[in-house]
Amino acid sequence: MMTFLDVSDVSIDFPLYHSDSRSLKKTLLKTTSSRFSSGPKNRTNLLALRDISFSLKPDDRLGLVGSNGAGKTTLLRTLSGIYQPNKGVITIDGQVTALLDPNQGMNMELTGRENIFLRACFLGLSKQEAAHFKEDVINFSGLNEFIELPIRSYSSGMVVRLGFAMATAFAPEILLMDEWILAGDAAFLSKAKKRVETMVSAAKILVLASHSTAILEQWCNRLIWLENGVIKMDGSIEDVFKAYLPP
Amino acid sequence: MWRLVWVLSFSDIKMRYRGSVLGPFWLSLSTGVQVAGMGFVYSYLFKINMTIYLPYLALSIIFWGYLCAIINDGCVCFTQSDYLIRGTRIPFSVYAARNIIKNTIVLAHNAIVVVLAFAIMKFHIGLFSLYSILAFLLWIITGFFLSLLCGAICARFRDVTQIIASVMQIAFFVTPIMWMANGLRASEKAQFVLTYNPFYYMLEVLRSPIMEGSMEVHIVVVSVCISLVIVAVSFVTFARTRGRIAFWI
Repeated sequence: MMTFLDVSDVSIDFPLYHSDSRSLKKTLLKTTSSRFSSGPKNRTNLLALRDISFSLKPDDRLGLVGSNGAGKTTLLRTLSGIYQPNKGVITIDGQVTALLDPNQGMNMELTGRENIFLRACFLGLSKQEAAHFKEDVINFSGLNEFIELPIRSYSSGMVVRLGFAMATAFAPEILLMDEWILAGDAAFLSKAKKRVETMVSAAKILVLASHSTAILEQWCNRLIWLENGVIKMDGSIEDVFKAYLPP
Repeated sequence: MWRLVWVLSFSDIKMRYRGSVLGPFWLSLSTGVQVAGMGFVYSYLFKINMTIYLPYLALSIIFWGYLCAIINDGCVCFTQSDYLIRGTRIPFSVYAARNIIKNTIVLAHNAIVVVLAFAIMKFHIGLFSLYSILAFLLWIITGFFLSLLCGAICARFRDVTQIIASVMQIAFFVTPIMWMANGLRASEKAQFVLTYNPFYYMLEVLRSPIMEGSMEVHIVVVSVCISLVIVAVSFVTFARTRGRIAFWI
């Protein structure tokens, strides 16, 4: 079976039930744009994504660009199956890994080692795989004796390192990545880059959301420009950057 | 999947008592003190023999605490794990199962108090009490579906968590936990507190095999019916809301 990812006509509505005040809701409705609609029963809905369609085959490396809040992360979450679209269908064949959040599933009160074990359970690894995973993560993150301390006591850089090491231990068939993955201290960055490169090149399909032109140019061969939840442009790197970047 | 549930539940307990000397045995100790204190005062107030009252109270308080915790924690079982739900894709039933396992671990610690109360008062239990194992299974299944239901509703309507918490508080007083049901039998009017109280049936089906060595048929029938209703409602509600829960939390 060929790995593929097909998105047709997907829309996501974000209900804002718990917005902190009604007046804020009203102001938002009044002042802004078409992105807030009043749903039935006078609810505020944020139209996070509208009529998104694209399809990816093996060796496609898709980059997502767009300003903050354009819907990049929402799209990645939808692809990974966390959000169910209100409309449209996503068909995926292949094993998906989503690296969306630096401390995805990490528990601040548990120690580094316990968190690695927890992640191994999330991934459903066997005992042997788990032991291998643990060793790999501990070596790569270079946390030394900090591995026995609760994550709460880590510096933010250390949290990123641990999260990164756990996230990149396996190469999936379809890799969904948010840009946090490349944050970290300089010494770590070169080490990290190599690891991500191996992982990215092993993955059959990559979807990467980033603000960094250099990284997108290096890793992607196709770009989608999202603006206000809509695809504004879909095409090759050169074409999209020409339109997207200010001259 | 089961290992994940187990590890998550276990880390919940471990985290809560990290750094304390007694660890989770604080649970047993505080429950023990509560049962001892209440047992002393109320057996005097109600003029019930301590040898019967203390085992009854210990058993009731501990089962009630279990039931209460499952319902109250069930309400926040999704909202509390928002970071997990938004970060990774695992079935929602994992969170409901985690709630059950976590509270069952707590129950196991509290069981020490029951054993002590029974031993000190030399209260004999017969083989019939093995039926309570079946009743306990009924509780676990019902609790699992109730967690799914409450979790989904409370993710959408945050007020429901508070409403349920206060309902549980009232239920504590109108259900025979501190007092005994046969004290009400004399009055026709007061009986309705038992007749229309679902908690009474659920508690009694688990408690009477141990305490009385017998089970009333209508209690068994009603409690199974209550469970079936909860399972059915939960199934329908959860099937309709599961796609939206990630947006609500």
